[in-house]
Amino acid sequence: MTGAPITVPSGAEEETPSSAPAAAASGRIGRVLRYVAGRLLTAGLSLVAVVVAGFFLFRILPGDPVRAMTEGREVTAEQRAELRRQFGLDQPLGQQFLDYALGLLRLDLGTSFQYREPVTELILERIGPTILLAGTGTLIAALLGLFLGVRAGWRPGGPADRINTTVALFFWSVPTFWLGLLLIVLFASGRDPLPGLFPTGGMTTPGVTGTVNVVLDTAWHMVLPVSTMVAVIYAQYLMIMRSSLMDERGADYLTTARAKGLRDALVRRRHAVPNALLPTVTLIFLNLGQVVSGVILVETVFSWPGLGQLFYSGLRVPDLGLVQGLFVVFAASVIVMNLIADLVYPLIDPRVRP
Amino acid sequence: MHSHHPPPASPFRRAATTGTALLLIVGTAATPAAASPAAGTTLTVAVAQQVDSFNPFTAQLAVTTNILSHVYDPLVTNDQATAAPAPALAESWDTGEDGLTWTFHLRDDVTFTDGEPLTSDDVVWTFTTIMENEAAAIANGSYVAGFEEVTAPDDHTVVIELTEPQATMTSLTVPIVPRHVWEPIVEREGDAFSDYTGEDLPSVGSGPFVLTAHDRGQSITLEADPDHWNGAPGFDALVFRYYSEKDAAVEALRSGEVSFVYELTAAQADALDGVDDIAVNFADGKRFQAFTVNPGARTRDGDEFGDGHPALEDVTLRRAIVMAIDNQEIVDKAHGGRATAAGGYIPARYGEFHWSPEGGEAILDFDPDAANAALDDAGYETDDDGVRVSPDGDRLELRMHVHQDRPDNVSAGKIIVERLADIGVEVENLTVDPGVLSDALYAAEYDLIFTGWTVNPDPDYVFGIHTCDALPTEPGTMQGDAYFCDEEYDGLYADQLREYDRGARAEIIHDLQRVLYEEAVVNVLTYPDIREAYRTDHVREGTLLTQPAEGGNIWGQDGYWAFWAARPAEAGRGGSGGVPTAVSVGVGAVALVLVAGGGFLFFRNRATAEDRE
Repeated sequence: MTGAPITVPSGAEEETPSSAPAAAASGRIGRVLRYVAGRLLTAGLSLVAVVVAGFFLFRILPGDPVRAMTEGREVTAEQRAELRRQFGLDQPLGQQFLDYALGLLRLDLGTSFQYREPVTELILERIGPTILLAGTGTLIAALLGLFLGVRAGWRPGGPADRINTTVALFFWSVPTFWLGLLLIVLFASGRDPLPGLFPTGGMTTPGVTGTVNVVLDTAWHMVLPVSTMVAVIYAQYLMIMRSSLMDERGADYLTTARAKGLRDALVRRRHAVPNALLPTVTLIFLNLGQVVSGVILVETVFSWPGLGQLFYSGLRVPDLGLVQGLFVVFAASVIVMNLIADLVYPLIDPRVRP
Repeated sequence: MHSHHPPPASPFRRAATTGTALLLIVGTAATPAAASPAAGTTLTVAVAQQVDSFNPFTAQLAVTTNILSHVYDPLVTNDQATAAPAPALAESWDTGEDGLTWTFHLRDDVTFTDGEPLTSDDVVWTFTTIMENEAAAIANGSYVAGFEEVTAPDDHTVVIELTEPQATMTSLTVPIVPRHVWEPIVEREGDAFSDYTGEDLPSVGSGPFVLTAHDRGQSITLEADPDHWNGAPGFDALVFRYYSEKDAAVEALRSGEVSFVYELTAAQADALDGVDDIAVNFADGKRFQAFTVNPGARTRDGDEFGDGHPALEDVTLRRAIVMAIDNQEIVDKAHGGRATAAGGYIPARYGEFHWSPEGGEAILDFDPDAANAALDDAGYETDDDGVRVSPDGDRLELRMHVHQDRPDNVSAGKIIVERLADIGVEVENLTVDPGVLSDALYAAEYDLIFTGWTVNPDPDYVFGIHTCDALPTEPGTMQGDAYFCDEEYDGLYADQLREYDRGARAEIIHDLQRVLYEEAVVNVLTYPDIREAYRTDHVREGTLLTQPAEGGNIWGQDGYWAFWAARPAEAGRGGSGGVPTAVSVGVGAVALVLVAGGGFLFFRNRATAEDRE
């Protein structure tokens, strides 16, 4: 769940020569179009690279899916050969790649070996829980991080800054897996004298029916995984907000605002924070892309029925159809979110408009 | 001191506080809803493995075959108390003179859960489908490999004609499915039958439970069939819940969310031993843990391949390696005492088939001095650095592949490295991913390599993988796991498969183990215990019947005994014990968090106010 480095859209620096002043307006449209086309092309190329890498990467993985799936089972050589044929593993590698690539064009991600179902269906089935968990977690982490980051960055070195930064960095460095298990032991297992407040895992209790009950039950199951996720990732929002607010602190427009007699809180809220928010927006978009893939560990600890758990179960085989499909989806979501960030950023920050 | 007007609450702060409060309130409010499971008693089991398929013709993974054994009955099962072959759908069976004709006499009181009677027609159709349809042979093809024809002279008799005699016929645990349900499915799916996952629920079978719901990645629900011919199960429902992490599953057992957890590590089992309301079952293992020595890999045609150390073709060296290792030390140090030091290939729990070298047979007991002497005599001279050199001049530097995902193997590997150093063999310990290990094995690019098998009540298969027929036809296609090939062994293997007298067959099986032992290619170290735990406030103690009765296991039985026999505890709280008390405490926790949060914000504001002035 490490934050990706923030990239300022490179298109911002591009100079487009325009000869006649009359052509200025159309030149501007041209620049915008060229910028957008450039972004789209980059995204498209990345996607192609991901598709190729995803296919060959997982085939380098040691182990043989058929042997792993039949391990410890009393199977004959004929049964193994039949499985190999069904999975298409008896075909030459080039043919396998061709089938896979052509399938992708039809949005067919292939078939999972172990679940014996189309990967697309499996992903659609599991993407809801992941978005629910990761979306909630990211939202809370962002709000919490920004809120505390403002406190910390406005008076760097003060007690609030020191406490907040220390706590946030502590959680940032804590292994997700360990923190999750710790929360389970403390709040779910019901060891004396601690009460078991929350469930140890899963998304719902089997047998619970009725919309209201299911919603409440799901929320109850979400508390610990969301808390784990928030604890681990809110630091990045805090640190970004803190540093960008610190950059703004000495700005002339704030002196002006103070000179007008505005209260400190108002200066911070109305003048400093909106400007400091800009870099954070990029971060949020980049993280939205990782939302899907970033919760693998949280989902595993809390047995959350999402894509992360699916990926984990696929890697153990290795279920090539499944893991390469998920890899493409994970990577595509990052690419798409990056693309959106690139396209939206100029709208909210005039300084980087093409 | 601080400002006269209360500081304006920022929208951020308001949102955060409300959010936290809402989350916690929702959390605790949901508790009562969760505390009302489906009516009746439920036995909840924590499982880790995902379901591959509920199609009994294709399901392969342990978790699914186990669940399906509660849904479909086989012809023959294994007795709960003794684990010996026992009647299930077939009340009795007899064989013809030539041993090629087996006649099974079916019970006449069995109905499927949709009310249709189970007849010999269903049995014939099930077997014939596996024999004729490759897609339907994925799971159980090995059982019918020697079948010539299956016929039904009448409604309750099934006759199986074999091409060769096979003693394994009393282990026909293939699930028998209703023809009227599955024939249309096979016809409709055609070639795609292997991808049919049997998710049309409820299932129709003749077993004591009906599969009613599968919430993928979350839970699998089975409901009891009160009319089962062998008697109604003790619980109304059997729920399997997913815990991807075993440690989390153990916590769920502590909290009472699940009633039973299996495949515990030694550390987990020891921690649970003695906890209130939890019983831990240590059972004799069905698995043997071994390492094999690369004896010089070759294909069936005799072409050598791989890069095994050439000196390992010498049986003297292989035997010296075995003699240098103390199995009891591995039990004590690597398994924390929770295992049995191995004798022969078949674990001790299978009393009649198990063999252990006694007296004069025990030529490979732990004896490093004898091992050193044998190597000296055979011309393995020791270099200045203490490492021996083979008569052909090859230094005894061996690689050893160990599964890194099995903690007891990792420890055992370290012990072996030390012990082999005692006889002048230097070992490079390669503790690797199972995939890497498997690749090394099939490419024969190893010297010593770890392996292990869970042995079924009929051990035919685990012996079959060491016949010459199991050698690869070309590199990578080996059926077995040791490149072992021995004429005497092959003869004995064929004999045991033809021998219908159980006592006589056991004798031959002992001989097979003696050959394996003496050749020192497949070297069994330990039989690890099975460790599992359940809540005695959910399940009445002693009703989760083990198989066999003495030292037996609960999970992974051959048959449905444990979950069928289990009875709810008197004050049975079913699945979610302890939750109602959580409500009040939960409210307390909400208050606490809000107070703490409020306090923090208060001090924060004071601090800023002070800074300002």
